[in-house]
Amino acid sequence: MTGFRVLLGKELLEQWRTLRLPVVAAVFLLVGLSSPLLARFTPELLDALGGSQLQIVLPTPTTADAVDQLIKNVSQFGILVAVLLAMGSVATEKERGTAGLILTKPAGRGAFLVAKVVAIGATLAVAVGLAAAAAWFYTLVLFEPLPVAGFAASAVLQWLAIMAFAAITFLASTLTRSALAAAGIGVVAFIVIGVLSAFPAIAPYLPVGLGAPARALALGQPVEDALRPVLATIALVGASVAIAWLSFRRQEL
Amino acid sequence: MTGANEAGGEPAVRARGLTKRFGAVLALDSLDLDVPRGSIFGLLGPNGAGKTTTIRILTGLARASGGSASVAGVDVADDRPEVRRRMGYVDQDPRFYGWMKGRELLELSARLAGIEGPELRSRVAETLKRTGLADAGERRIGAYSGGMRQRLGIAQAVIHEPDLLILDEPVSSLDPEGRRDLLELIEGLRGTATVIVSTHVLADVERICDRVAILDRGRLVTEGPLADLLEAHARPIFELVPAPGAVAMDDLVARLRAASWATGVDVAAGTIRVTVSDAAAAAREILPIVVSCGVVLASFEQARPTLEDVFLELVGPASSDELDGRGFVRPRAAGPS
Repeated sequence: MTGFRVLLGKELLEQWRTLRLPVVAAVFLLVGLSSPLLARFTPELLDALGGSQLQIVLPTPTTADAVDQLIKNVSQFGILVAVLLAMGSVATEKERGTAGLILTKPAGRGAFLVAKVVAIGATLAVAVGLAAAAAWFYTLVLFEPLPVAGFAASAVLQWLAIMAFAAITFLASTLTRSALAAAGIGVVAFIVIGVLSAFPAIAPYLPVGLGAPARALALGQPVEDALRPVLATIALVGASVAIAWLSFRRQEL
Repeated sequence: MTGANEAGGEPAVRARGLTKRFGAVLALDSLDLDVPRGSIFGLLGPNGAGKTTTIRILTGLARASGGSASVAGVDVADDRPEVRRRMGYVDQDPRFYGWMKGRELLELSARLAGIEGPELRSRVAETLKRTGLADAGERRIGAYSGGMRQRLGIAQAVIHEPDLLILDEPVSSLDPEGRRDLLELIEGLRGTATVIVSTHVLADVERICDRVAILDRGRLVTEGPLADLLEAHARPIFELVPAPGAVAMDDLVARLRAASWATGVDVAAGTIRVTVSDAAAAAREILPIVVSCGVVLASFEQARPTLEDVFLELVGPASSDELDGRGFVRPRAAGPS
C-alpha cells in the first residue's frame, strides 16, 4: 500500500475540484429533503390534481411512509450516482495515460485502487449522510421525531447497499478501458441483482436485502436478520476490490 | 543522487534476452543491454525499433514476454515501488490531470517519493524555477501549452533527484529555449545520475551522450561509447564546397561517383559530400579529379563523421518491401515462443 495516504489526498482533492463531491452532495440533500415532503403531501397533491371528478382515497401519511420514500429514493438515485462515480475511476485514467504517470512513481497498484475506492466511498458517505440528516429533520417537522442513532445506522446500511454497486462498477472500470462499458456492467449488475431479489432464498444475501433492516432501524423497530445482508454486501465489496487488484496488478498501461 | 559511476559495479540498467511480443509482432527480440551508472545513454533507432517498448518495460508500464530487465540490480518484474523511488520518467507525450495545478503535481510527485515538510516546499519552488515554470505553478495544467506540459513532465521526473532518469523523446514539444534548458539540465546530471534518452534528434545525442545504443526492429545493432562508435562505424567523408559560379559540377559529381573508393556522393545545399571506403586513396585523388573537371573550390576538407552517418549506415533506409502502407518499417514477426 505504498503511497496510499498521498493518493487518497489526491483522490479527495479530485472529487472536490471536479465538482463530483459538491454535485453528488447536493443531489442527495435534495433527495433527503424531498422524501418526507413527498410522503406527507402526495395525497393532497393527487387530490388537487384529480379535481372533483376523480376521488382517490389514500391512507393518512405516516412516519413509515417518509422512511420508505427515503430508502426508495436513496437506493434509486444512489445506485445511479454510484455507477456514475465509479465508471471512469480507473478506465479513464488508463485511457488518458494518467495511471501511467502515477504508477511510474513509488506508488503501489493496490494503493492506487484502494485510494479510489475509499474516495468514492467517502463521497457517497457524505452524500448519504446529508440526505439522512435532511430527511430526519423534515420528518421531525412534518411527522414526529425518529431515533437519531437508529436513523444514523439506517443511513450506514443504505450507504453500504449503494457501495456494492459502486464496487461492481469499479471492478468493471478496472477490467476495461472504457468508462461506458464499466457503466453498462454496473447497470446490468443492478438489473441482475433486482431479478435475483425476487427469489426469497437469495434475497437476504443481496444488497437489496439491506432495505428491510434499514427501515426497521430508522423507525426504531426491532431488526430481524441484518447480519446476512450486511456480511454478504461487505463480502461483495471486498471481493470486487480484490478481483480488481488481481487483474490490475498484471495489466499493461 | 547517489548513483555515481562505479566502475565494475552493478550497471544502472541491465537487460538480458529481453523479449516483447504483441500477438504475432516481435517488438523486442532478445535484447541484451547494460547501461553503466553515471552515464548519459542515448537510445536510438527508427520508428518501431523497440525503444519505447524497452522503456515501458523498465518503468513497469509493460511486461516482458521473455528475458529479464533490472534497475539497480532489482528485477523490474517484481514491480517494487522502491525501484521507482530511484527513478524518474518522462513520457514522449506526458499526460496529466487537467484539474490539478502545476505546483500540486510536483507536490504529489515529491510526496510519493517520501519528501515532506519544508524540504517539499523548497524542492517544488526550486524545480518550478529550474524548469521555467515558476510563473505557471498556480495555473491549472489543463491550460498549459504542449511545451509547458513537456517542461512539467521533466519537473515531475527530477523533483526527487532520481538516480536514474529515463526520457522518451523529451524535446518533441519543446521550443529552442526549452530544448537548450533540457540539454543543460541533463548535462548537469553527468556523473551523478544515470540518464537514458530516447530521441530522434541525433545532434542532441552527439552533444550530451557519452554512450549510445542503436536498436532496429527490436534488436540491438550496436552499443558503446559514442567516440568509439563514431570511429568504428563511420567511414571517412570528404566535403567539397565549390566556389560561387563554379561550372562543370555535374561532370565532377559523375566522376567522383565513378571512383572505386567512393561509396556515396550526395549534393546538398551547395556542398558535395563524398563517403569513401579508402580515405588515403580518396585524399590523394579527389583534388586531381576536381582540377581535371575545371571546378574551383571554396573549401575542401575531410569531414568528421556525424552520428547521423553512423545511424544511417547501421540502420539504413528501409527497402520498399520493408515498409507498410503508412511508410513505417514493418515489425519483425514473432517466431515460436
